[in-house]
Amino acid sequence: MEISFEQGFQGAVVARLRGRLDALEAPTFEGLLAQRMDDGDGRLVLDFSAVDYISSAGLRSLLALARRARAREGGVVVCALTGMVREVFDVAGFQSFLPVTETVAEAEALLPSEDDIKS
Amino acid sequence: MERTWSATLDHMEDMRQFILGAAEGKLSPRREAHLDLAVEEIVVNICSYAYEIPPGEITVRVEETEDSLGVEFIDNGVPFDPLAAEEPDVTRPLADRDQGGLGILLVRRVMDEVHYRREGGRNCLRIAVKKG
Repeated sequence: MEISFEQGFQGAVVARLRGRLDALEAPTFEGLLAQRMDDGDGRLVLDFSAVDYISSAGLRSLLALARRARAREGGVVVCALTGMVREVFDVAGFQSFLPVTETVAEAEALLPSEDDIKS
Repeated sequence: MERTWSATLDHMEDMRQFILGAAEGKLSPRREAHLDLAVEEIVVNICSYAYEIPPGEITVRVEETEDSLGVEFIDNGVPFDPLAAEEPDVTRPLADRDQGGLGILLVRRVMDEVHYRREGGRNCLRIAVKKG
């Protein structure tokens, strides 16, 4: 899996992902993203538009990241799910605690603001 | 078509190529992705749980009928029926989410058939996906 990072709206971290989020990739993915979250303020947007595969190992990584964000009063928002990735999210019911949007801009708008976190 | 590997994740990509290679041209891209997912979940499960002293072996058998593709995963690890466990409640909020059971739930949802049997001291898990 390739991951590139950008600074998003109001300082949130936007991670653009590409490839497969499977059992082999998930530990590295989770480690890198957790590190980024800890370096920042716990607000993360994950752009899934170029992710064509996810398994339960990938879902468990997302669950761990969502918990980490919540502990810091930040948040994780996922955007642009396609194909089987969307199906897997639906089966696992992850939308019930992980917000999913169509675009990065919509995802950024759902995160708590910088002021909310500092206060 | 049948092959045996040592049951470690190092061989997962090989097993995947073996099975998806056999499925090539017989499934739609969507169903091929479903098979890809089921293969990973089952192989990870066997590599993680089937052997008290890992690694053991996994034998993969691919069988094609007129209208479906079947894949059987055979291991001689401890008796384990993944279909016997209760399905996780996927409506629970973040705080109450248990991490277990999602893999086999996905397998059940994306495959047309999933069967388990214990036979001759071995676990046999068979999945099937309809062609097309």
